[in-house]
Amino acid sequence: MTPLLVAAGALVGAPVRLLATRLAARRGGDPALGTLAVNVAGSAVLGVLLGLGDAPAAVVALVGTGFCGTLTTFSAFGADVVRLVAERAVGRALGYAGANVVLGLGAAAAGCALAG
Amino acid sequence: MAYVLAALGGALGALARWGVAEVLPRDDGWPWATLLVNLSGCLLMGVLLGVLAGRETEPAWARPLLGVGVLGGYTTYSAFAVEVADLTDAGTAARAAGYVLVSVVGGVLAVAAGARLVRPR
Repeated sequence: MTPLLVAAGALVGAPVRLLATRLAARRGGDPALGTLAVNVAGSAVLGVLLGLGDAPAAVVALVGTGFCGTLTTFSAFGADVVRLVAERAVGRALGYAGANVVLGLGAAAAGCALAG
Repeated sequence: MAYVLAALGGALGALARWGVAEVLPRDDGWPWATLLVNLSGCLLMGVLLGVLAGRETEPAWARPLLGVGVLGGYTTYSAFAVEVADLTDAGTAARAAGYVLVSVVGGVLAVAAGARLVRPR
């Protein structure tokens, strides 16, 4: 049952992430900002979910591992940083990496604190 | 169509991530499963981008299915972020900082290494 719930959450999370990067890329914007947005949002939601401490295992599999796990991503984050460095935008690469770390980790901690 | 490909790939990637977490031991104070999927996923993302960059034309399905879907879903940021919060709460702040450093620097280097593997300069 658990794998089915994980897959069901992922079926929603991945297209929402694609939508976020496409929205961010409109009018010449950087799609990386969409990745940043979903990473922060997904970290906050997972923080709340796991911070509750008593969420049913099925909900954790569907919303946590499936949806939040797939909405957020590390590979696109890493690829964004490498692309910005290759474009000689090292300052932006560092700023983007720093924003992911500070805002993503902050969102997870805030979510945990709110729920707990 | 891209959204359907992303959804299908994302489900496959998420299942692989779940499988890794099921197989690896947990509760030894270090989030091995998340670190493994994130670093290996970054390496594979570099390989994918390197392969696509070396082609004259890029198949339209490749990025949505494999990049956004499979590798995007296989790797995760939310579990990483919550694990850092947990390590910090557990009073192991140095371990949390080490985990952040290894994940972020390692992930970026893994993407670069993957791309270089298939596109030697």
